Amino acid sequence: MPERKVRVWRGNAMGGGFVEYTVEVDAGMMVLDVLHRIQAQTANDLAIRWNCKAGKCGSCSTEINGRPRLACMTRMNQFRPDEPITVQPLRTFPIIKDLVTDVSWNYQQGRRIAPFRPRPRDPDGQYRMRQEDVERVQEFRKCIECFLCQDVCHVLRDHRRKDAFVGPRFMIRLASLEMHPLDTADRIGAIRDEFGSGLCNITRCCTEVCPEQIGITDNGIIPLKERVVDRFYDPLLWLGRKLFGAAKPR
Amino acid sequence: MNAAEVQTFEHDVLVVGAGGAGLRAAIECSRQGLGAGMVCKSLLGKAHTVMAEGGLAAALGNVDPRDNWKIHFRDTMRGGKFLNQWRMAELHAKEAPDRVRELEEWGAVFDRTSDGLISQRNFGGHRYPRLAHVGDRTGLEIIRTLQDYGVHQGFQVYMECTGLDLILDGGRIAGLLGYWRDTGRFVLFRAKAVILATGGAGKAWRVTSNSWEYSGNGFAMAYDAGAELMDMEFTQFHPTGMVWPPSVRGILVTEGVRGDGGVLLNNKGERFMFKYIPERFAPETAATEEEANRWLKGDRSARRPPELLTRDVVARAITREVNEGRGAPHGGVLLDIASRLPAEAIKRKLPSMYHQFKELAEVDITKEPMEVGPTLHYFMGGVRVDADTQETTVPGLFAAGECAAGLHGANRLGGNSLSDLLVFGRLAGIGAAAYVKRHTSAPRPGDDQVIAAVRRATEVLNREGGTNPYLVHEDLQGVMGRYVGIVRTEDELKTALAELERIKAEAARMKVHGTSQYNAGWHQALDVRTLLVTSEAVTRAALARQESRGAHTRLDYPGERDEWLKVNVVVRKGKDGMETRTVSRSEPPRELAAIANATIEELEGTHA
Repeated sequence: MPERKVRVWRGNAMGGGFVEYTVEVDAGMMVLDVLHRIQAQTANDLAIRWNCKAGKCGSCSTEINGRPRLACMTRMNQFRPDEPITVQPLRTFPIIKDLVTDVSWNYQQGRRIAPFRPRPRDPDGQYRMRQEDVERVQEFRKCIECFLCQDVCHVLRDHRRKDAFVGPRFMIRLASLEMHPLDTADRIGAIRDEFGSGLCNITRCCTEVCPEQIGITDNGIIPLKERVVDRFYDPLLWLGRKLFGAAKPR
Repeated sequence: MNAAEVQTFEHDVLVVGAGGAGLRAAIECSRQGLGAGMVCKSLLGKAHTVMAEGGLAAALGNVDPRDNWKIHFRDTMRGGKFLNQWRMAELHAKEAPDRVRELEEWGAVFDRTSDGLISQRNFGGHRYPRLAHVGDRTGLEIIRTLQDYGVHQGFQVYMECTGLDLILDGGRIAGLLGYWRDTGRFVLFRAKAVILATGGAGKAWRVTSNSWEYSGNGFAMAYDAGAELMDMEFTQFHPTGMVWPPSVRGILVTEGVRGDGGVLLNNKGERFMFKYIPERFAPETAATEEEANRWLKGDRSARRPPELLTRDVVARAITREVNEGRGAPHGGVLLDIASRLPAEAIKRKLPSMYHQFKELAEVDITKEPMEVGPTLHYFMGGVRVDADTQETTVPGLFAAGECAAGLHGANRLGGNSLSDLLVFGRLAGIGAAAYVKRHTSAPRPGDDQVIAAVRRATEVLNREGGTNPYLVHEDLQGVMGRYVGIVRTEDELKTALAELERIKAEAARMKVHGTSQYNAGWHQALDVRTLLVTSEAVTRAALARQESRGAHTRLDYPGERDEWLKVNVVVRKGKDGMETRTVSRSEPPRELAAIANATIEELEGTHA
């Protein structure tokens, strides 16, 4: 069995640094498996979040060789035999311990979004939606809340504007509500004023790291920006709204 | 230490667990006007429900209008080999459709039929297409819907907090002591009622579809508080888990693959399930490949393919094929969808399976077969509860979802778990509300119990030296896999009991290094304790039941035996350790017995 050297960031909010571990790597192992082996053999107290081990829960988000990734879906055999492997916590969120960060800010953003408000049922008690119409929303609902997109977003990571922008994950949550065929709530104003849609400058970094391959930027954020533009910068629409009240674009 | 120093929160009801059952229970508590808190071991939305793939069983009749609750009830009873609690199976079949519609009202976006209704897919043991689904990520849709709806309902969510011990006041529930995983600090939740929604304990086995969270916390907490555990011998091995590479062994391959036409093959290319059709199901199962293929194309006169027999049957068949030398290279059998559906259809219907095999095993399931084998998946047994209120035998303690016993009997049908969570999560909330309204005086958690619980949890940190908790856990998994597996014998089960005693002694010497702050080793050590209670309960119940029924197969007692249909096996804590006994089952109401034993034709199209 080949041995590999893996550098893992160890520490807490007070500080820390990389510790190098030598691990035997079996065929088919993922980075998460390697971390588990380190945990079981040499560093029982190594902290990392994980659950499903199959890319479905979005718990084991870390930065592997500088790239935000799910540790459970990162194969060891994709690295060259002599390539150093470095695992560190998400940089955009405060460190709790080792590879675990405090992502509670994301949960606060989720609660700020106006909940789903469905239209009444059809007279026979059913809701009817066409598959083509729900697919657009289903794409956004594939999100596993791994927060890799939040981690990589320049607005949050480099400009530290958590006060002004909810980040890509919640832009697509907003998109999933706004494009939901049954929803009647209006969040367009809030998308601009409270959630900071204008701050996204469409670099598509979020889309690149999404493990669910959601078209975050092109299918979610850009259409929301367009809706905001239609609402606030189209003079005819503005006049119409003044005269006849706001209508939700469908 | 002083109990008064422990951080304390107070609620009417505390829900432990935040999967489908816990979330639905907490939502119901809020709707009933109760102040509720919900404790979850992981971050919100990561609980095991998220991994459910195939769908949610409910007799909506959207795809085949002949379906109705009676046929769902009949399927559930037959799948459970008639050991289910009749009343629970009735409530479940009747209420599941409303729970699905309610999810839709809360924002869930299920796949649609051509006329725009919720689509339903075929699954093992279900007579008609019955599973509402979203591709093969139905669990994610359900948990996210409940989460997004739930956070606006007013209950408090305590993330990354693990329950350690229930605290009582004179035999009645007074709260729960837990710890924050990030800081390691202890926290006391005072509550008049506690609802356990903690799932199962697959982590007692090495080959399992379960994550670390499935460590039997709820079973052990309930047991220590004096509640009864029932039907613990019925552990479901899902027939299709991944087998290669070793690091992903056990990860689930959805039954939806077979529902969409996937077939099981041995190394001779033989579609072997035709050899394993039990007598009870022969009248409703296709006799030839030709008939099975016609059924798949929608021919209503054809019968179902044998790959869609219940999970216990398929898991045993795979084990037999492998044991008799007809297995695939890594000890499984082959599951082929590539030659059954066009590549595009596979990617559309089973996107997460496509992704999972591509990423984890470097296998393209649109081109080659998957290799699969049985994996410990689910506990039919659990905490014994009242069918209507979900209350346990401990006043104020409730249980719902996988951690409760009764709905599934000796074997669970795929798709019945997600509906179980919603139906009984809600009923537990209603049950707890009624209890809280009856008991107006606030119970007082005893300080001595709190201190004892803290001491028990910190022993492993304070010891000078000792064994590595990871090695103890591996040892336990090895024992359960070897001696309490898919087929069992008295000798092996007795060996298992002796081995569990040995491991208990090892566990008493575990040592964890470092502080209690987000210490994975400490968390592991605490889980070993609850896994040991669970493992012993499973082993003792398996030893007691001298027959083979559903998921419980005894080589030394083949076949179902009538006398064992009359009882459930129950374990509880006695003065000198775990006590096992049987409890008599009451006769079913005549109407339900008639439905369960009716022919399909008698029940079709009776939307009552």
